[in-house]
Amino acid sequence: MNRSRRLKLRIFRIVVLLLMGAFFLLPIGAMLEFSTRGNSVISPRTLDAWVLIAQTPGLVKGIVTSLQLAVITSLGMLVLLLPTMVWVRLRLPQISRIVEFICLLPLTVPAIALVVGLKPLYIWININVTPSVLALSFAYLILVLPYSYRSLDAGLAAIDLKTLSEAARSLGAGWITVMWRIVIPNMPSAILNAGLLSVALVLGEYTVASLLNFQNLQVEVAYVGLTNAPTSTAVAVGALVLAFVLLMVLTLVGGRLQQQNYIPGQRA
Amino acid sequence: MGSETARGHAGVEVRMEQLSRRYGPVVALNELTLTMAPGELVALLGPSGCGKTTALRLVAGLEEANSGRVVFGGKDVTGLPASKRDVGMVFQAYSLFPHMTALQNVAFGLTLRRKTADERRRRAGEMLELVGLSGFADRYASQLSGGQQQRVALARALAIEPTVLLLDEPLSALDAKVRSRLRDEIRRVQLDVGITTLFVTHDQEEALAIADRVGVMQSGHLEQLGPPTEIYARPATPFVAEFVGLTNRLPGEVKFGMVEVRGTQLPLVQPNVPTGPAIALVRPEAVSLSTDGAMSNGPLVGTVIAVAFLGATSRVTVDLGDLTVIAQMPTSTAASTPAGTRVRLDLRNDPVLIAREEKASGDA
Amino acid sequence: MPFFAYVGLFLLLPTAIVVVGSLTAPGGGFSLTNFAGINKPYMVKAFSLSLSVSAVSAVAGAFFGAVLAYAVVTGNPRGLLRRSIMSASGVLAQFGGVALAFAFIATISPVGFVTVFLKDHGIDIYTNGVWLYDAPGITLIYVYFQIPLMVLVFLPALDGIRPQWREATESLGGNTWHYWRYVAGPLLAPAFLGCTLLLFANAFSAYATIAALLTNGGVYVPLQIQALLTSETEQSQPGLAQALAVAMILIVVIVMTLYTLLQRRTTRWLR
Repeated sequence: MNRSRRLKLRIFRIVVLLLMGAFFLLPIGAMLEFSTRGNSVISPRTLDAWVLIAQTPGLVKGIVTSLQLAVITSLGMLVLLLPTMVWVRLRLPQISRIVEFICLLPLTVPAIALVVGLKPLYIWININVTPSVLALSFAYLILVLPYSYRSLDAGLAAIDLKTLSEAARSLGAGWITVMWRIVIPNMPSAILNAGLLSVALVLGEYTVASLLNFQNLQVEVAYVGLTNAPTSTAVAVGALVLAFVLLMVLTLVGGRLQQQNYIPGQRA
Repeated sequence: MGSETARGHAGVEVRMEQLSRRYGPVVALNELTLTMAPGELVALLGPSGCGKTTALRLVAGLEEANSGRVVFGGKDVTGLPASKRDVGMVFQAYSLFPHMTALQNVAFGLTLRRKTADERRRRAGEMLELVGLSGFADRYASQLSGGQQQRVALARALAIEPTVLLLDEPLSALDAKVRSRLRDEIRRVQLDVGITTLFVTHDQEEALAIADRVGVMQSGHLEQLGPPTEIYARPATPFVAEFVGLTNRLPGEVKFGMVEVRGTQLPLVQPNVPTGPAIALVRPEAVSLSTDGAMSNGPLVGTVIAVAFLGATSRVTVDLGDLTVIAQMPTSTAASTPAGTRVRLDLRNDPVLIAREEKASGDA
Repeated sequence: MPFFAYVGLFLLLPTAIVVVGSLTAPGGGFSLTNFAGINKPYMVKAFSLSLSVSAVSAVAGAFFGAVLAYAVVTGNPRGLLRRSIMSASGVLAQFGGVALAFAFIATISPVGFVTVFLKDHGIDIYTNGVWLYDAPGITLIYVYFQIPLMVLVFLPALDGIRPQWREATESLGGNTWHYWRYVAGPLLAPAFLGCTLLLFANAFSAYATIAALLTNGGVYVPLQIQALLTSETEQSQPGLAQALAVAMILIVVIVMTLYTLLQRRTTRWLR
């Protein structure tokens, strides 16, 4: 690439990144500003709103609930999806397209539309299984399917599943051992990725929870926001920043893990 | 099929004068000077990082040299970008545009030059026929094998009747069988069209097989430039000797202008090598085996441990106890010394090179 | 297989409930009368508003997102910039309308940071009324998460563009304009179009933002469903919510099918 073109590209990049950066950071900054305002225009910045988070039982409950839901959903997703995908890959490749279609189906059904059908179902669940809010994870698992599927699929494609499992089985390993000691250790970043995407989705979910009359984090934030906007805003921006940090950590760790799992001879 | 003029002007002289390229502290190319005769095919050969691809890209105009000139037929093109230099280029991989058929790919350069649709079709068809792919005009890249893709790439490069043809390791991504067939194809087409060609590769067999002259490069400069036979039989430096073909590294001692290797005196290629211990580089073809005569434990007596059958010739590995030596000879001769035979080595009286340092031999 | 059982229960069953419900008349029996409910003026307005906001935010998000993606992809693939932008995009695209609603309230609501700042400098952005809660405001907020989504889904296509194609074009005598007109443009067009469609579907399905922002309800399709699900008027129009849901699903399915077709071509060329 010659010099003038390189220069033009550099200018373009700087301009775009600056403008976009401003556009995106502005509301975040505004949230921070809003949540740290004093009582009147001239009073100093304060963290009162933030402190209030811990003192608002609804918010605390919401945070705990959503965290629990996140963990349950991620684990449930892994337990349900990964063995199925491995099995399909190894034993039933013909139906892999069907499985893929099913996993991407939730993308075509808007949550708001799905919830219309989920309501009667959850009325039944409320009475016959459990009224706990954690029943939400059933629905959440469906919602995270597309993203987890894509992530795990990429991870499975990158390792030579067939060879590895056959080698392990020929050495006498049972299926559980294969999953636990062969498959999972060899795709750490994909699993981590799928897990984190699930967590992010669950933490940010509002539609299904609110319309099914459950109180998760986002529902609480919206509710509290009606009366105490600064505190709600504090929670919102806190959660956003937390999720961002988590994803950043994932990219760093994932890159390092990927290097450790480099299989010689399997160069791209 | 037609005269040279029907396919383009006859070859043009290409000169590289003192070309240098630096990337920060790293010197990729160090004052390369090379003149290519009209219609000649020069191969730049060397390990990765030696600067051969950099040189090619400087000639192409895809990168700017820090210093030096590139001259096409007397015209200085150094300041011109690639799009104005009239070069034809074939890449190692991903050569073809995936959204165009083979014909459209080949005709692309003509499209840019605003030729009429009829002209484009005619010329592109001619080029596809030249590379033997007439029936594949409507195929997309994903429907073509690797070898076919590269042939289309070649047709595309030649369709615009360029001044120079540049090939950047075009065969490296292909299977071995396809590789040897395609390299002969490329040579055939190149001779047919008569275009001056620069061919970059790390495969010495490729370079020796098709080039008029081979330039062996290392660390940004040219170690030796000459016809393949000369590069092989009379390597000018130890690097060339070890990179091109196999070499035996035999410890010996330099005295009185000769090197003594385990009892045999051998002449030197470079007369002013300092006296003292040294490593002599001996080609396998220069080593022959005899099973008669004194078989006692002389310095050149050992046991055959392996015979590698390569077709017309065979490679025999002999264990001398403290050293392993490889000899190459016609298979019929090798048949008389199977594994386990006690043999004595005879070193032919060819001048030998002395290795510069005590480093591991680089294989091609 | 437990997987299929689970999916059947929690995905297909609710969907079936929705579809069946939409086709069931108040007194039982197969009927399309529920869909007639869509023909009322305020419902039509809801649909046209939802569709137009989705379309505008999709196109704007696609354009700016593509530009941003290009700025990212031309940098170091393993650099900090790319990774932070990808992470941020992942968060913003996925995370949730509630936070975003609050963010924009904090920024440009009548007491928002930017509003106050501009007012101090003599500029009143609300001279013609508070538009934050109208279509322009909603569109703007949607663009805020459409751009990151575009970056996430369009970047792989940009990654698939090989430098050899640019160099081949150059060596054949083409300049930058030729390259974009004949090579990169045609190659990226399906991906760009497909991603725009994806953005549209995304905006159309969005609920959380407008729910959190328009606490008094508003004329958008998802909010209509919300109203029906949470009020007692449901009794008089039981099938309407299902009908609306089916309508939404249909629209999204059509869009996603087109998207998948375009994606297929993209991956064929740009893997």
